[in-house]
This record gives sequence, C-alpha cells and structure tokens, in this order.
Amino acid sequence: MSSIISISGVTKTYATGFKALKEINLDIERGEIFALLGPNGAGKTTLISIVCGIVNRSSGSVTVDGHDISRDYRAARSLIGLVPQELTIDAFETVWATVNYSRGLFGKAPNKDFVEKVLRDLSLWEKKDSKAITLSGGMKRRLMIAKALSHEPRVLFLDEPTAGVDVELRQDMWAMVRRLREDGVTIILTTHYIEEAEAMADRVGVINKGEIILVEDKAELMRKLGRKQMRLELRAPLAAIPDGLSRYALELSEGGNELTYTYDNQSDRPGVASLIRDLEAAGIQFRDLDTKNSSLEEIFVNLVRQEP
Amino acid sequence: MNLPAAPNFRAVWAIYRVEMARAFRTVLQSIISPVISTSLYFVVFGSAIGSRINEIDGIAYGAFIVPGLMMLSLLTQSISNASFAIYFPKFVGSIYELLSAPVSYLEIIIAYVGGAATKSIMLGLIILATAALFVPLRIEHPFWMIAFLVLTAVTFSLFGFIIGIWAKTFEQLQLVPLLIVTPLTFLGGSFYSIHMLPGIWKTITLFNPVVYLISGFRWSFYGKADVSVGVSLGMTLVFLAICIAIVAWIFKTGYRLRN
Ligand SMILES: Nc1ncnc2c1ncn2[C@@H]1O[C@H](COP(=O)(O)OP(=O)(O)OP(=O)(O)O)[C@@H](O)[C@H]1O
Ligand SMILES: [Mg+2]
Repeated sequence: MSSIISISGVTKTYATGFKALKEINLDIERGEIFALLGPNGAGKTTLISIVCGIVNRSSGSVTVDGHDISRDYRAARSLIGLVPQELTIDAFETVWATVNYSRGLFGKAPNKDFVEKVLRDLSLWEKKDSKAITLSGGMKRRLMIAKALSHEPRVLFLDEPTAGVDVELRQDMWAMVRRLREDGVTIILTTHYIEEAEAMADRVGVINKGEIILVEDKAELMRKLGRKQMRLELRAPLAAIPDGLSRYALELSEGGNELTYTYDNQSDRPGVASLIRDLEAAGIQFRDLDTKNSSLEEIFVNLVRQEP
Repeated sequence: MNLPAAPNFRAVWAIYRVEMARAFRTVLQSIISPVISTSLYFVVFGSAIGSRINEIDGIAYGAFIVPGLMMLSLLTQSISNASFAIYFPKFVGSIYELLSAPVSYLEIIIAYVGGAATKSIMLGLIILATAALFVPLRIEHPFWMIAFLVLTAVTFSLFGFIIGIWAKTFEQLQLVPLLIVTPLTFLGGSFYSIHMLPGIWKTITLFNPVVYLISGFRWSFYGKADVSVGVSLGMTLVFLAICIAIVAWIFKTGYRLRN
C-alpha cells in the first residue's frame, strides 16, 4: 500500500444545495508533494476540509494511512497537520501558548525543545511571548504553519500557503517544504502561483467545478501537454502574414517585428524546418530566434477553458 | 489496525487550561466585578430595603438573599462563559483546529463545560466570601450546598454551550440570557420568598425552573425552602438531562459545527 491518502467517490453538497464536489477519486502517494490546482471556487478547500474532518462529506469514503476518517477518526486526524487558507488564530494568545495548545490538542506529550525548534525554523522564536494580534500577516501565516507542525504530522495540508507572503518568506517556505519531504512528510498544497507547483510538486492534480480533471506526474504533464513556441525577430517589419505561410499557426506582433509560431512538441513533424524554408522562400529574414516550453500555467488555463 | 482509540486527555487538558488562562488574564473582570456588584446588591437590597423587610422565614433579609444572589451570578456567568468560549472560535474561524483534532465530542464538552463551570463555581465562592463580610451566614447542609453549586454550574454551562453553538451572531448570543434567563432569575425568588406573592402568581411562578434551583440552594443554607428539596433536585436533574440530550443531538448531527 503506497498511497497514504485514498479518496474514493467523495461528493459534497452544501446545505445551500450547491454541489461543490461531484465525485472525487484521488490517491496521494506516501512522501510526495502533491499540488492541487484549480480556479477560485473549484472545490480545493472543500476537499481538504473533508479529509481533515472540518466538513462532512455527502458520500464516499476517505482513508488516511489505512484509517477511515469517520470510523477511525482519532488515528486518521492525528497524522494530519492543516494550514488553512484563512488566517484564523485566537488573537489574544501568545505565540508560545497557542503552539503548545495545538500540540496538546493533538494528544502529543509536551515537548518544549521540539516546539522551540519549530518556532526557530519559522523565525518566530523572538516573537514567542508576543500576542498573535501584534504579528504581521506573514508572521501570522508562519504561526499557522507552526501550529500545524507542532504535533509532528505525517501529512501536511497547505491551503494556499503563500497568499500574501513576500518573496523571501516564500522561498523560506518552500525550503521548509523540501526539508519536511526529506523527513518523509507527505505534502498536499493548493496554490494560485502555478510556478510554485511547477517548481515544487512531484505530481499535479487539476480540479475544476468540483471535478478532478487531471492527475499527472508533473514532468509527464509538461511533456504531454507541453506546447512549444518559436519566436522570430524579423529584420524588417511585416505588414501582414504572407499567403504562402497561412498553413502555419503564426502570429504577428504589433508593429510587425516579431513572428510567433506555436507547435506541438510531441508531433513527429512539428514543422519548424519547413517553416524556416518557407520563410526564406517568401524572402522574410530574421535576426534572431528562440523557443520555449509553455508553462504549467498555460497548460492549466487551457485545460480549464476546455471544460464545457 | 482498528485498535480502540485511547481518549485524548491531553486535548481536554489543553482546552481547559486555555479557558482558565483566559479567566486569569481578565482577572479584573472575573474577580473584582462580582465583588463590586455583590457589594452593591447588599447596599441596595440588604441595607436600604432590608431595613424595612427585616426577616423572611425567620432569616434576616440580608442573609436571605445570599443564596439567590449566588444563583443569579452562577446562572448568568455559567451561560456567558460557556457560550462565549465556543462562540468565539466559531466567530474568528479558529474552530477549524478543534474540528480537525483527534478529539471526541465528549472530550470537547468536558473541556469547555468543565472550564466554564470551574470559573462560575469560583465566582460563586467569591460572592459567598464577599457576602460573609456583610451578613452573618450559616450553612446547614454544606454537602448539598456544594452539590447544588456544582450541579447548577455544570447544567447552565452546558446550556450556555448549546447557545454558543446555536448562535450565529453576537445578538443571538445575548438574546437567550437577556430575554429568558435574567427575567426568570429575577422572578425566581432571589430577593423574596414566593410565599410573599399573591395567589395566582404563586402558581405561575412554579413554572419557572429557577425557583427550584434557588429554593433548593437556600435550603442548603438555612434549612428553609419554598418547595421541597427533592423536587428542587429533581427539576435540576431534569434540566441537566435535557441539556445533555440536546448536546448529544448536536454532536450526532454536527449541527452548526460541521457543514
Ligand atoms: N459553507 C458553504 N456553503 C455553501 N457553499 C459553499 C460553502 N463553502 C464553500 N461553498 C462553495 O463551494 C465551492 C467550492 O468552494 P471552495 O472553498 O472549496 O473553493 P476553492 O477551490 O478552495 O476556491 P479558492 O481558490 O477561492 O480558495 C464554491 O462555489 C463555494 O461558493
Ligand atoms: Mg480555497
């Protein structure tokens, strides 16, 4: 059994009658970093909340390390740490008190050294006696992470952890995520910063309108869906794309100085060579050329758009 | 793999401690204010009015109102402590942590209701000590006095917990204590014996559950009661049972806790 979380046939209809999750089947592998991508309102937070026990599912089942989240909720929940999307902390507690409280709540024996280490790792140690209300937004975010890590979870959910976080802290956070992964912690994150999923994740799942529309190894996904673009910088501006080149999907930039050719990376005959020959035949000269893979973001936007 | 899960005592302790810490942080509010308000009651009711009333059931008026005064604070404080303790995390959203923690509903109840009841019992004892400065007190049945104190604190903390879960707004949180509990308490014989009421009112009063609490409590002090002690105890237990049933239902359905 390699998957640590197994979600099968999970649906959620809120009291308002809104069907937030249609039928989710998803396995998270032990020790991986899994990025869940989806537009606003796709159902990411709903899905995470169900696994963590905050929201009741309408049907289906979920196991965490083999423990059913309803029947065996103690065993399941004690493995999970959650950093929610919203900053929600008791503003009048000190950092130290609130992190130790979290540890106790999850049934772990007091361990001052461990809690100190967590706070130091998150650069919160100097703030340990401060009340949460006096912290900046980024510090509060780190405090939420500290609370989740205080009870030594084996699975960590990060629901948009870098929303409203500056570049430096974001770097620190990803360094922390990598360290946790090295310790064998499974990490599931949602993010709107697709470059982060691209940089961090082992696998990517895309959710839209309550349905998982794709789960793929990240590298595989990039390869499979990757489109490539070739940009040509022209010596002389063009007024229009000549008729002889109409069979290529070409785009002319404003001012006519740049031609962009988008092609399928997977194809045996991407048409790059013939395009260059045809350009020459048409008497179009270029100064420079570069090619790039489309990013996960573009892939993602395409996927979500394709949905009816 | 499905080992019987052990109770999470550490979680109960963690919640209880935070609740108690909150009380000590606002020590001024938690201790000084009941002392002041009790003293005011004695000045107004004990001295000003008491000088005209003298005795009820052979008890000096000042001493007569002490059990009612304690009950008054016990009821309102138990409700407000417990309702606020669970409403606040719901309001700011920090309840997510409690819901995601490996704690059972019973453990949550024990921790929150235990915390709220402890605070109001301490409050009751502070009021008693303050009262002792003004009037000579005697407690004929100390065991029953403590029993009524604890039972009432637990019952109404449970009641407050229910209100805190039910309430969606701060107004709703105040509504029940303001519109129901305070009037019932004032009309429950805190400051008079129900025998002093004219006929029909005496009967109507018997539908007020608070009458039984105050009467039983006063009996534990002076051995005199408006209604029989057995009935008092029975009514308190009935109310406790109703609260437990509601809480059990809330937790079975996740009412207003889990969507
Ligand atoms: N308590 C609720 N009652 C009714 N509908 C809800 C509730 N919570 C969420 N929804 C709806 O369910 C859908 C999914 O919400 P969810 O918070 O899971 O989205 P999300 O993918 O996390 O979005 P975001 O990226 O904005 O955080 C949304 O349409 C939302 O309006
Ligand atoms: Mg969300």
